Amino acid sequence: MTTQRTSGQRKRSFAAVAAVAALLTTAACGGGGDDGDKGSSTGAAGFDAANNKIAQASLAKKGGTLKFGGAQDADSWDTTRGYYGFMWNFARYYSRQLVTGKTEPGAAGAELTPDLATGLAKVTDDGKTYTYTLRDGVTWEDGKAITSKDVKYGIERVWAQDVLSGGPVYLKDVLDPKGEYKGPYKDTSADKLGLKAIDTPDDKTIVFHLPQANSDFEEMLALVSASPVRQDKDTKSKYGLKPFSSGPYKFESYSPGKELTLTRNASWKQASDPIRKAYPDKITVTFFSDANQLDQRLLNGDLDLDINQTGMSPQGRTTALKEHKGNLDNPVSGYIRYAVFPQSVAPFDNIECRKAVIYGADHVSLQTARGGPVAGGDIGTNMLPPSIPGAEGQKYDPYEIAGANKDGNEAKAKEALKACGKASGFKTTIAVRNNKPVEVATAQSLQASLKKIGITAEIDQYDGSQTSGIIGSPENVKKKGYGIIIMGWGPDFPSVQGFGLPLWNSKYILESGNSNFALIKDKTIDGLFDQYVTTLDDAGKTKLSTEINHKVMEGAYYLPFVFEKFINWRSDNLANVYTTDSYSGMYDFVNLGLKSPK
Amino acid sequence: MTELSKSGAAVGEPTTASSSGTAFLEVRDLKVHFPTDDGLVKSVDGLSFQLEKGKTLGIVGESGSGKSVTSLGIMGLHSAGQYGKRKAQVSGEIWLDGTELLSADPDYVRKLRGREMSMIFQDPLSALHPYYTIGQQIVEAYRIHNKVDKKTAKRRAVEMLDRVGIPQPDKRVDSYPHEFSGGMRQRAMIAMSLVNNPELLIADEPTTALDVTVQAQILDLIRDLQTEFGSAVIIITHDLGVVAELADDILVMYGGRCVERGQAEKVFYEPRHPYTWGLLGSMPRLDRDQQERLIPVKGSPPSLINIPSGCAFNPRCPYADVPKDNVTRTVRPELAEVASRHWAACHMTQEQRERIWTEEIAPKL
Amino acid sequence: MLAYLIRRLFAAAVMLVVIVMVVFGIFFLVPKWAGVDIATSFVGKQADPAAVEGVRQKLGLGDPIYAQVWEFFKGIFVGRTYSGGGDTIQCAAPCFGYSFRSEQAVWPVLTDRFPVTLALALGAAVLWLVFGVAAGVLSALKRGTLWDRGAMVVALAGVSLPIYFTGMLSLAVFAFGLKWIDAQYVPLEDSFSGWFGAMILPWITLAFLYAAMYARITRATMLEILGEDYIRTARAKGLKEQTVIGKHAMRSTMTPILTMLGMDLGALIGGAILTESTFNLPGLGRAVLDAIRNQDLPIIVGVTLITSLAVLFANLVVDVLYAVIDPRVRLS
Repeated sequence: MTTQRTSGQRKRSFAAVAAVAALLTTAACGGGGDDGDKGSSTGAAGFDAANNKIAQASLAKKGGTLKFGGAQDADSWDTTRGYYGFMWNFARYYSRQLVTGKTEPGAAGAELTPDLATGLAKVTDDGKTYTYTLRDGVTWEDGKAITSKDVKYGIERVWAQDVLSGGPVYLKDVLDPKGEYKGPYKDTSADKLGLKAIDTPDDKTIVFHLPQANSDFEEMLALVSASPVRQDKDTKSKYGLKPFSSGPYKFESYSPGKELTLTRNASWKQASDPIRKAYPDKITVTFFSDANQLDQRLLNGDLDLDINQTGMSPQGRTTALKEHKGNLDNPVSGYIRYAVFPQSVAPFDNIECRKAVIYGADHVSLQTARGGPVAGGDIGTNMLPPSIPGAEGQKYDPYEIAGANKDGNEAKAKEALKACGKASGFKTTIAVRNNKPVEVATAQSLQASLKKIGITAEIDQYDGSQTSGIIGSPENVKKKGYGIIIMGWGPDFPSVQGFGLPLWNSKYILESGNSNFALIKDKTIDGLFDQYVTTLDDAGKTKLSTEINHKVMEGAYYLPFVFEKFINWRSDNLANVYTTDSYSGMYDFVNLGLKSPK
Repeated sequence: MTELSKSGAAVGEPTTASSSGTAFLEVRDLKVHFPTDDGLVKSVDGLSFQLEKGKTLGIVGESGSGKSVTSLGIMGLHSAGQYGKRKAQVSGEIWLDGTELLSADPDYVRKLRGREMSMIFQDPLSALHPYYTIGQQIVEAYRIHNKVDKKTAKRRAVEMLDRVGIPQPDKRVDSYPHEFSGGMRQRAMIAMSLVNNPELLIADEPTTALDVTVQAQILDLIRDLQTEFGSAVIIITHDLGVVAELADDILVMYGGRCVERGQAEKVFYEPRHPYTWGLLGSMPRLDRDQQERLIPVKGSPPSLINIPSGCAFNPRCPYADVPKDNVTRTVRPELAEVASRHWAACHMTQEQRERIWTEEIAPKL
Repeated sequence: MLAYLIRRLFAAAVMLVVIVMVVFGIFFLVPKWAGVDIATSFVGKQADPAAVEGVRQKLGLGDPIYAQVWEFFKGIFVGRTYSGGGDTIQCAAPCFGYSFRSEQAVWPVLTDRFPVTLALALGAAVLWLVFGVAAGVLSALKRGTLWDRGAMVVALAGVSLPIYFTGMLSLAVFAFGLKWIDAQYVPLEDSFSGWFGAMILPWITLAFLYAAMYARITRATMLEILGEDYIRTARAKGLKEQTVIGKHAMRSTMTPILTMLGMDLGALIGGAILTESTFNLPGLGRAVLDAIRNQDLPIIVGVTLITSLAVLFANLVVDVLYAVIDPRVRLS
């Protein structure tokens, strides 16, 4: 997910309330926590019990109210407009797609399975035509059948960016790369189904015609932005306030920033849905402005889990690790935290100077700045998140970041500097978002280790809310001399394309809103991506992913800090809990159940 | 400085009344001392006097002479507003209509206030509550002591305002103090004090804050009312002129004590204390040419913490060296009868004083 | 009195216009001068050019400044229509703008959040007035005693301790520790007892801070008033001491307290950000906090305007109350 919620802000005021924290800890945890690894039918399942495996699957009972809390509301609950990862995860409660991720833990969760469709796509050999047949008995919340036209209309909404901004536009880019279709609201055809790339020969059949093959197309159809939307229920920009449900739950009430309540959709039939279990009767989400408050509620047992799934706040985390370890999971988030070197800023046009920074950095210190091995993550050694097919994790470590050079290798760094022609070092600027204290900490760590090898780095904290305007503009980056930019990135869907395409492909260098900060213009990499989208077999795709990652690392454009991990909370009462690679280590919301429904 | 007699018994004011008290108001050896961080402030230090109904007593002295504290002492207000501060030390006796007030139940005294005895203050603007109408304030004063409804009380207020000479009293009753002129305010204040027909009225500098012309009106009013109600009146002033026509008796205070006391005409025409001479000299007289310089008392009032030894007035007294042996600076003079119903506390002999008065002072006045 | 009121109302109306213009200027013109494209902040970080253009069109950001200000003004009185990209949004009067971040008109958000903030502010105000003033009066009457010193030390603590500290502490002790109350906000219309239970800690926490200030000012004022001549007069009338204090002295003491109360309530009605955030109360303060985090400019503008209005209104009420309390004011 390229759009991140600002988890940094929550960390600010904590130092000040540290004194209270001690009190809170003792007060809130009077009963004493069970931190054993063994689960019980009443207590917590144990530390990491739900990380890539199912915790207490058999204990889930029908009924009750599942209580989410969150420090951040969704960007939009409109399936077309949401971009936050947790929104995609949560949207499966009230929306169905042709295909979706399996409701299974870990890597299996990232595999696609038919949802509205009877099976995965029938793809023609050239990879340009995808055909689906809809299941029988799939209905809207008013009981009417979901048709292929509803699916087409839902997808068409992606084209109406001027009204429905915010969501991913992969489908638009792939189905209509020239931007010929103007979206359903400007559609002159009577049925508003003027998008030529999609055919709906009958209510049960939908056919996608791709101008060019893309092997991740079905992944894109699994995004919630491919959910059906019924034309007569489309309230356009206001759709996110009350989406019309195709899933087992429907919107009961929603007050932005305050609360969201879903209740059972009586028209949804279990028989029509092979993946959703729909255990609870009701799902509530309460939003908090103060993340600390949220964590207190979780610790106190008032809430079952954090909808944002970005990890607990430092204070809550400390308490939880100490007192309630059995309620925690420590999954990999899918994010890589890193520094990137724009080639437009000298001397980072020289690969040796880039290498000097990579060698000279104290990687353990950077990891510590991120929160250490548990809360921060494992030291990042390459640029492909471990949850993506083709990733090798720490096994691929071309610069021995987690190995010999983990504390920084001054000698090697100086050698690289000499090769770069800057034996005596140089001056540069580190750009970092001012609203993310952890990122600022990594910048300071980097600054300190660079000083040892003669590189004087100034830290420029820019307005984090203006990211796309400031570092998303290559011209501005060059002007300001941002030689090092601290950033983070996570996959939109678990593939090298869903993660790295905008970062590494020369076609994605934009004048504003640029994400290819390193300004990589490598024909080999571009070629590998082209090859990737036309390769339809999984083994081939995996191999190409690995290869792309290697090429990127060989260019020394990036200094990875960590393969991010976080600490997420699950209540004692939560059953059938597991993390899924489909949503980057989040718990899979849609099949959560309660042990004792209440 | 010579240590003063703590018992206070040395005060030689002749007392004719019995302990039960025959006079309407009798004050005996009243002492009001305020402990402060700097020392004991002896605001009133052994004061005695009597007052009959229908009579007027003028208490005269400079500011800080203890005259206001005396009046507050009689009202039982000497320690009001002293929250948290050390309590005033009061001794002596105050008999009002046969009851001793200092030893009486404070609530009993409170009930006397405003009904049996009431008070008029110097500055009617600050003495009246700015947020309540004149009527409300009079009504309140009336209803504390009379169980009547508001309407009746208001009628009474209008009646009183009428009585004190406020025009259109039925309208002005709803005015606020700031809507009145100074004289009107004082009339209203008087109306409020008299609303319960008090037997004792204490007027503390009732005209000081007023214009000269208004002063006379107010004094006339007080006199008329006294005649009408038959109250005993104490007028406290620094200005002998104020009491000249009003008072039956005059009591001159200096440094917390009485230095001269007697019938008004005696004190005016045959004063026997140099301080009284000084006061007379500084009195503006309507029958004299205004061009003529007043003769003020030189120097400033004594500190009530460190009252000069001997005669408290000695540092300012031009005749301090007339008595022999430096006695004025070592021995405190007691009140002594200088004539019938006329007392003064001075070390000079009668003859010396008579001579100085007739030869040096009186001609200049 | 009437003339006084009319004068005040007129002044308030002029202020209102000025405030709207200043607020609008700050939020819409200053970024323009600074070269920031407001339209992009409405569509999020992945700004599709079509999306940015859509917002620009809908909001009329391409229009001249005066036209934008006029549209905004007009919207307050007659409502406004936003249209673009085949989508039309009606924003009924009073239209204080439209949030494209949460897809709702600003005014309903304000009216939805306002009662919570109002209840918080008023409830706390009652508490702090009762306890602050009582403590201040007692301190004044018992000046210099142990009670007075103790009360003033507590008051000093109350003034100095930040609300998130006292708030977190009280939550830790009463909600999470002793579990006396469930500090989860419940709307009043759902359950009175639930609402009351959720409000009681915020009330107390907020009131503690203000009670401390009020105790101090009450004490100082009361001491001053007790030295006034008219208090002596009241005593000379034979009034009971409690009437002297409770009626005559209190009425005067109330004047500065009322001034403070007006200002404080005005400011609080604009949102007790820290309290609302600490106790997760869905009031204006939280709305603006979330809006800042989400870069939801229209909400920020709306709340700012409402805050200004609240302060303005509170000023007006104070002025009127002044006139009621102090007859001298009516003349000037």
